[in-house]
Amino acid sequence: MSHTDSMSANAHVQHHFVDSEQQFDSAKLGMWLFLVTEVLFFGGLFVAYIVYRAWNPELFTLAATQLDTVMGGINTLVLIGSSLTMALAIRYAQLNDAKKSFWMLGATIAAALVFMVIKYFEYTHKFHLGIFPGEAYTFTGIDHPKAHIFFSIYYMMTGLHGIHVLIGIGLIGWLMVKTKRGAFSAEYYTPVEITGLYWHLVDLIWIFLFPLLYLID
Amino acid sequence: MTNTTKPVAIREFPVEEFPETHYLNATKGLKSWMLTLDHKRIGLMYLASVIFFFFVGGLLALALRLELWEPAQNFMDAETYNRVFTLHGAVMIFLFIIPSIPAALGNIFLPVMLGAKDVAFPRLNLASFYIYLGGAMFTLYSMAHGGIDTGWTFYTPYSTNSGSAVISMTFGVFIMGFSSILTGVNFITTVHKMRAPGQTWGKLPLFVWSLYATGVIQVLATPVLAITLLLLIMERTLGIGIFDPALGGDPVLFQHFFWFYSHPAVYIMIVPGFGIISELISTFSRKVIFGYWAVALSSLAIAFIGFLVWGHHMFTSGQSELSTVVFSFLTFFVGLPTGIKIMNWVATMYRGSIWLATPMLYAIEFLFLFTIGGLTGIMLGALSVDIHLHDTYYVVAHFHYVMMGGTVFAFLGGLHYWWPKFTGKMYNETLAKIASVILFIGFNMTFLPQFVMGSQGMPRRYFGYLEQFQTLHQYSTVGSWILGVGFLLVAYYLIVSLVKGAKAPSNPWGGRSLEWMTSSPMPAHNFEHVPVVIHGPYDHHQPIAEFRMGIDAPHHDTTHA
Repeated sequence: MSHTDSMSANAHVQHHFVDSEQQFDSAKLGMWLFLVTEVLFFGGLFVAYIVYRAWNPELFTLAATQLDTVMGGINTLVLIGSSLTMALAIRYAQLNDAKKSFWMLGATIAAALVFMVIKYFEYTHKFHLGIFPGEAYTFTGIDHPKAHIFFSIYYMMTGLHGIHVLIGIGLIGWLMVKTKRGAFSAEYYTPVEITGLYWHLVDLIWIFLFPLLYLID
Repeated sequence: MTNTTKPVAIREFPVEEFPETHYLNATKGLKSWMLTLDHKRIGLMYLASVIFFFFVGGLLALALRLELWEPAQNFMDAETYNRVFTLHGAVMIFLFIIPSIPAALGNIFLPVMLGAKDVAFPRLNLASFYIYLGGAMFTLYSMAHGGIDTGWTFYTPYSTNSGSAVISMTFGVFIMGFSSILTGVNFITTVHKMRAPGQTWGKLPLFVWSLYATGVIQVLATPVLAITLLLLIMERTLGIGIFDPALGGDPVLFQHFFWFYSHPAVYIMIVPGFGIISELISTFSRKVIFGYWAVALSSLAIAFIGFLVWGHHMFTSGQSELSTVVFSFLTFFVGLPTGIKIMNWVATMYRGSIWLATPMLYAIEFLFLFTIGGLTGIMLGALSVDIHLHDTYYVVAHFHYVMMGGTVFAFLGGLHYWWPKFTGKMYNETLAKIASVILFIGFNMTFLPQFVMGSQGMPRRYFGYLEQFQTLHQYSTVGSWILGVGFLLVAYYLIVSLVKGAKAPSNPWGGRSLEWMTSSPMPAHNFEHVPVVIHGPYDHHQPIAEFRMGIDAPHHDTTHA
C-alpha cells in the first residue's frame, strides 16, 4: 500500500488517497460528474429553445437570418481547433514535454480569445441595430410579435457559453503558470487532463449552438 | 506500484477507548476550523448551521400558527403573513432540510463508513460549505430587505412583478444549488473510488447507498433549478419574456422547469432519511437487514422514478389532459420502492431482539409518520381526488408528514444514534425518550387536524379563514407549542451532554458498520490503519473482532514529503 521507495514521484498524492492512480481516477470521475451537471444546466436552455421553436417555427427561421453565419462558422472552426491544441497539450504533458505542452496551452487560449473577439463584434453589431435581449429590444426588421424572445434565448445561450469560455481561459492560464513551474509530468498531469475535459465540453456545446441558432432556414 | 504481488496480511486492530487526541482537538484555534479540510469538522460546521436555520424556520412556523389562532387578523397583517410563510418554506427547504442529512451527518460519516481518510475532494467539500453560507447570507439579506411574498415556489408571473426581494432570494438559492451539486459530486466519487479493501457494493452500509442515490439526484436535478432561477432573475432584470405572459412568455413553462428540479429534490430530502432508518432498524433489532438489495436498489429506483413525476404538481395548472393522466400513472410507481422499504424494515424487526433506545424510538415513530405521509401522497396522485384537495391544508399536512415526520424524525434518530460517535459524549437517555414522545404527540396534534381541514376545503397559504375551522386550527397551534417544547428539551439535554455528558464508548449500540470500529470521537484520519471489510455491515451473527480487521503494516506511510 505504501510507496516509501518512490517518495518524490508521489509527492503530488494527497494524504487521503492510497496512491496516484486512485487520485487520478477520482479527479476524472469527479470532472465527468461535473460535466453532467453542465449538460443539464444548458439542457434547461435547450428545452426553452425547443418549446419556443415548436410554438413559433416561422419566428426562428426569420430571426436566424439576423445572425452572421460566416462569423459563427469561423468561430466554430476556431473552437474545434482549440480542442485539438488542448488535446495536444495533454499529450505533451503525458510525454514529459513541458515546453510543447506550454505552447499548446497558449495556442488554446489564443483561439479562445479569437472566439471572444468575434463574439464581441457580433454582439455590438446587434446592439447597434437595437437587437437587445428582452424589453430593451427595439429592432423593427423582423415582423413577428415574439422576435425579442428568440434573441433572449440567443443571448442567454451564447452568453452563458461565453462565460464558460472565459472561465476556461482562466483555468488554462493557470495551467500555463503551473506548467512553466514544472508541476506536471508523465506521473502527474491530472489538472491538464480534467481541464481538457471541461474545454471539450465547452467546445461541444458550441457545436450544438451553432446549427441550432445560425443554420436554420 | 511495484509491490502488488506482495502478500498482504490482515489482523484485528483493537479500538482505543476514550482517546486523548481525536479530530476535535488534533489541531486547535479558530483557523484550524475555518480552513479545515477534515470532512468531520466540515460536517460539524454544517450541522451547527442547519440546526441554526431549523431554529429560525421553526420560529417562523410558530409565528404562523399563532397568527392562525383566530379567523381574522391576530398580530400580523396579511402582507407580513405572506412573507413569513414564504421564508418559513424557503429557509426550511433550502437552508435546513436539503443539506441536513447529506451535508451534515453524511459528511461526517460517509468516509468513515467506507474506511476512507476523507472524501475524494476535501477542498471542494470546504468550498461547498462556504458557498452554502454565502447563499444563506443572501437569504438573510432578502429577509432584512422586506422579505419575499411569492411562496417558496417562486411561481411566475407573480414572482416577475412582486415588489419583494425576489432577486436576492432566488440568487441565494441559485448559489446554494452549487453547494448541493458539489456535495453530490463529492459523495458519488467517494463511494466509487474510496471504499476500503474488501468493501464491495454489496457490503456498503445502506446509509451510504442512500447518500449515493441522493448524490445522483443532486447532480442531475440541481443544475435545472440553477438555470430556472437564472432565467427568472433575467426575467425580472431584463424582461426576457420567456416566463412572463405580458411579454409573450409562458408561466406554465416555469412550473415545468421548477418542478423538474423540485420534485426530485423532495427525494434529496427524504432518501438520506431512509438510509438512516435502515441503519437504526438493523442495529437495534440485532438482525441482518431483510432484503439488503431490495432496500439498496429501491433508493436508486426512487431516484430514477422521481424524475418522471414532476407534472403531478401541475394537475390544475393547465397542462394537457394526456400529460396529466401519464404523470398521475407514473406517480403511483413511486409508491412501489417506498413500500418495498417499509415492508423490509418491518420484516427486519420481525423476531428481532429489539432494543428500544432513543434512536430506535425515532425510527419506529418514523415508520408511523412516514407511512401516513406516503399513503396520503398516493391519494394526491389520483387525479379526481387531487382536483378537490389541490392547494388545501391536506397537501400541507401530507408534505409535513413526509418532510418533518419523515426526514426530521430520521434526522433526529441519526443525530442521537451517532451523537456519541462524533461528540464522544452520551446524552440523558430518559430525557431523550421523553422528548421523542413529546415530539411525536406534538407533531400529530399539529398536522393531523390539517388533513381534516384540508379535506373540508381550507385552502393553504390563506391568512384568514372561515370560523368553522377555528377549533381545528387551534388544535394545530397548540400542537406547534408542544413541538416547540419538545425541541427545547432536545436542545437542553444535548447541550448538557456536550458540557458534562459521560464519555461515550466506541460502540455504544453494538453496531457493525465501520464507524463503530474506531474511537469515539474518531481520530483525525478516521482510522490509524487501513480497514479491511470481510462481512456485511449488518452481520450481527459474526464475531465483532472480525469487523475490526485491517492491513497489518508496521507503519502505514502516507508518503508526505
